[in-house]
Amino acid sequence: MVHPDLRVKIGPMELKNPVLTASGTFGYGKEFSSLIDLDLLGGIVVKGISLKPREGNPPPRIVETPCGMLNAIGLANVGLESFLNEKLPWLQGLNTAVIVNIYGHTVEEYGAVAAGLSGVKGISAIEVNISCPNVEQGGMAFGTDPDMSAKVTECVIKEADKPVIVKLSPNVTDIGKIAVAVESAGADALSLTNTLTGMAIDIEKRVPKLANISGGLSGPAIRPVALFMVHQVVKSVKIPVIGIGGIVDYRDALEFLIAGARAIQIGTANFVNPKASLDIIEGLRMFCQENRIGRIEDVIGTLKI
Amino acid sequence: MIEQDSEIVFNKRVAADTFFLGLRSPRIVAEAKPGQFVMLRVGRGMDPLLRRPFSICGVRDDDLVLILYRVVGRGTTIMCDVRGGESLSVLGPLGSGFEMPHKGEKPILVAGGMGIAPLIFLASTIEPGSFRFLAGFGSGEEIVATDEVGLSGIDLSISTDDGSAGHRGLVTELLENRLAGFNGNINPVVFACGPLEMLKGVAAMTANKDVQCQVSLEASMACGLGACQGCAIRRSSEQAIAYYHVCQDGPVFDVNALDWERL
Repeated sequence: MVHPDLRVKIGPMELKNPVLTASGTFGYGKEFSSLIDLDLLGGIVVKGISLKPREGNPPPRIVETPCGMLNAIGLANVGLESFLNEKLPWLQGLNTAVIVNIYGHTVEEYGAVAAGLSGVKGISAIEVNISCPNVEQGGMAFGTDPDMSAKVTECVIKEADKPVIVKLSPNVTDIGKIAVAVESAGADALSLTNTLTGMAIDIEKRVPKLANISGGLSGPAIRPVALFMVHQVVKSVKIPVIGIGGIVDYRDALEFLIAGARAIQIGTANFVNPKASLDIIEGLRMFCQENRIGRIEDVIGTLKI
Repeated sequence: MIEQDSEIVFNKRVAADTFFLGLRSPRIVAEAKPGQFVMLRVGRGMDPLLRRPFSICGVRDDDLVLILYRVVGRGTTIMCDVRGGESLSVLGPLGSGFEMPHKGEKPILVAGGMGIAPLIFLASTIEPGSFRFLAGFGSGEEIVATDEVGLSGIDLSISTDDGSAGHRGLVTELLENRLAGFNGNINPVVFACGPLEMLKGVAAMTANKDVQCQVSLEASMACGLGACQGCAIRRSSEQAIAYYHVCQDGPVFDVNALDWERL
């Protein structure tokens, strides 16, 4: 029996396996700790942190759609200070990579959050959210413009002492252009995609189902879109790419790995099946065993065209 | 709290569009408190995608979790076709429960429609005869016979919107009469669950009479664990954090904790 090596390298960072939980779908990790062994994960990307606490958008904030859901949470979070004092110490006790997702209203604010995480132990990388569709300032406004994407990236890199992953928006005409701009600005890796902007209407009341009017679509509904964008970006850049978008089982994960993603993130599936990430890790292990593949790295980027 | 596939022991119709589900989960039974809920995955596929939250209506024989639900949408339409012997994935118990009534208090349970479910569980854990149970329904055929859902020997005071059974009108009118009948020596406490408009009425009435009241709310939620933050509701006071999350901070709240104007 082969014991496949599931370790992957994302730039300077090594993960014990390629399965991460996506920001905003896994809280600060603790929420799932009584249900699964978090140490088995490749890593946890925590809920997006801003300089100051954010209360988020008015409800209703979520609505189910075919094979997916729309959310307009609005980056509700405890803020940098509370994160460092109240959330991080618990996360530091885990034996898995902790990646902190950050968000700012301005370029400088992104830098300030990165600076606040500088010198802090127990953080494997920073993921920069330039792609949230549910906030008025910052977020997607940066992520849809190559120059602004590069500026935010540069500012974070200047302040950060950890690998920097930039999370891209799918709500663009040419994601390859943004990816190249962010790579040129010095990012260590890319993660994609964030949610697709969408809306749903209550036909009886003739009002939007979300108080925010629009929200971010996630779940299996977006998987083919996200997969194609990963394919495009992998062709455009040399830095590692982390695939995200509607992955619910190991077969979905393999699609992204074969397309060239070096790791994947599990998002909405965590809500449906809290054990989804662990099931996927186990599924990848079995797939490698059955196909006599010694290292998961040997699957990555093996797409034949 | 656990997540597991649980055997459906029964899933039977008990009133118009209303079903009573028993699922086997000794571990949830061991932990469950009145007011808590579970998240059920109604199918195996990806559509509908999300789990559905259901109040726990009671427990039986150390291993059965009881759920009372009305068929209102896609999820519950699929659920009502599930047969005994099949299984559903259940996550729970979740949320905080009711703070139980104290000695010397006179509990009044006020239910609107399916809001009766968590109150049946509550009623089963407090001394029979020590409380009043007021229940409002749309019509007589929607009335859930409490002895059919595991609560025997309870006298429901019933109201219906169409007057086909009990008091014609709102359950809040029954509550108003009940509260008016108390003198200063009796300390009533109200436990309410039902549609938002009904709860607003209960909140206004209890606040007006300075009566303690806990309400159990429902909200759209994706995870039930406090991770998605989808189930936000307005807190009453202007504090640093403006929202509670129904799944974790609730679903049971003291009426004074919420901003009823903006709920």
